[in-house]
Amino acid sequence: MLEVENLRVRYGNIEALQGISFHVREGEMVALLGSNGAGKSTTLMSIMRLPPPEGPTVASGSITFNGADLLPVAAHDIVARYGIGLVPEGRHIFGNLTVFENLKLATFARKDTQKLPDDYERVFSLFPRLRDRRHQRGDTLSGGEQQMLAMGRAFMSGVRFILLDEPSMGLSPLLMQELFRVLKELNEAGTTILVVEQNARIALKYAHRAYVLEAGKIVMDGPAHELARNSEIQKAYLG
Amino acid sequence: MELQIFMQNLLNALQWGSFYALIALGYSLVYGVLLLINFAHGDIFMVGAYLGFFIATFLLGQYAFGLPFALDPTIIFIITLLFTMILTAGLGVTIERVAYRPLRRKGASRLYVVITALMCGLILENGNLALLGASRRSFPELLPKTVYDVGGLALSNTKLLVIVATLVVFVLLETIVRKTKLGMAMRAISYDRMAVPLMGIPIDTVIVFTFVLGSSMAALAGVLFATTYPVLEPYMGALVGWKAFIAAVLGGIGEIRGAFVGGFLLGFVEIFVAAFFPSTLRDLIAFSILLVFLSIKPTGIFGIARATKI
Repeated sequence: MLEVENLRVRYGNIEALQGISFHVREGEMVALLGSNGAGKSTTLMSIMRLPPPEGPTVASGSITFNGADLLPVAAHDIVARYGIGLVPEGRHIFGNLTVFENLKLATFARKDTQKLPDDYERVFSLFPRLRDRRHQRGDTLSGGEQQMLAMGRAFMSGVRFILLDEPSMGLSPLLMQELFRVLKELNEAGTTILVVEQNARIALKYAHRAYVLEAGKIVMDGPAHELARNSEIQKAYLG
Repeated sequence: MELQIFMQNLLNALQWGSFYALIALGYSLVYGVLLLINFAHGDIFMVGAYLGFFIATFLLGQYAFGLPFALDPTIIFIITLLFTMILTAGLGVTIERVAYRPLRRKGASRLYVVITALMCGLILENGNLALLGASRRSFPELLPKTVYDVGGLALSNTKLLVIVATLVVFVLLETIVRKTKLGMAMRAISYDRMAVPLMGIPIDTVIVFTFVLGSSMAALAGVLFATTYPVLEPYMGALVGWKAFIAAVLGGIGEIRGAFVGGFLLGFVEIFVAAFFPSTLRDLIAFSILLVFLSIKPTGIFGIARATKI
């Protein structure tokens, strides 16, 4: 589904990714692990084609999705035309809009409007808290609720492939488990998932496969259960 | 002050405030979306008045070429208004495309974009001067002046039109921004620009829509202004534009209701200062009052301080 080949990107003069290759197959849940500054977020920003200053500049390599070259595509078309969505680090929900407006805005480019009522219902059953708070402004939500809203938004944008950037950040262990259970549920219902995590333990518990990124290079990859047993991984990321 | 005179001044203040409000709207909308003070906006208002002038005189058959039939002046007024709004919206979008978008693409700092806006305004003023000369034009009278007597108050049809049109625009724009997805996108951009494309929304579309709204309201103000004060000159947009910008800041820039309340507030202060003091002191006193107001509430009436965002 998604193929990244020998991707080199930079922010200004700083080379953030030094030629990484990986792929995600349809229906998979893949984790991208690594410490702070390893290039995990940069990888997601590159796939989404976000323009600078947030997004990096691609120096060489390729990103293709079902065979189509994504490099010349604008960010909004990555979502609207290719069906790839990002739940960004820090959630980036619209605090001046209500919860419902946040969800509605995500349907901006959707053509299959007859499916919308079912999709709202789905989001509200996955995250009942959002239903209770649907007329509240986004900036009145707690961190966990904001994370739910950010995921609900990605779902409402009608994408089939969701990228998540550090979804567990700032959440209690209980909420973290809850969140990954929902992710697993979405994945089993057919959504492909690529999740970037610092919390390797929880990511490896739920993902099928994982890649480990270090200083802009992929240093290890394999099935999640094997990586979870790997001694180096255990030392570096699982404490 | 007698009640009669007070009420008459109140009506005048509402009319002046309406012009400021309609123009302030354009400053406020663009600022809300781009954080750009579009200093060309006052001159877009001026171009609107001139475009209205040319369309109206053409429709009246005052050129060598014209329509083969005569139209009722009221119909001419409506057509003039519509076409002026469309053409002026085109001008606003063109300035966005040619001047602001390239800078945005290059990630230029906002200072350069503001300077570019100032230059665009000067180009419009001086372009007009070069093309049409310094002579003033007089806007044709399309709506025969009628003055109604409302309980001893003189209310002209144009005054009524200006005030009612402004109130209608207020309701319409509030609805667009609250209820439509494009309006929501405008609000979303002002809060978190990075996340907007992640919703599948092309930012440029939202920006173009914003300029269409702002510029067409400036055109509406231009035609209404020229209908009320039918003297056009290339610099007519400069001072009114500055004042409308001040009105937008007073109300809380980025807020639609702020533009309206700020516009009316400025209208009131000006008219009532002029009622008590010699008219040469009007702007001096009026702006001194507003200066004090802003020093007490620097974010304007409806504005909220942007602590962390953008």
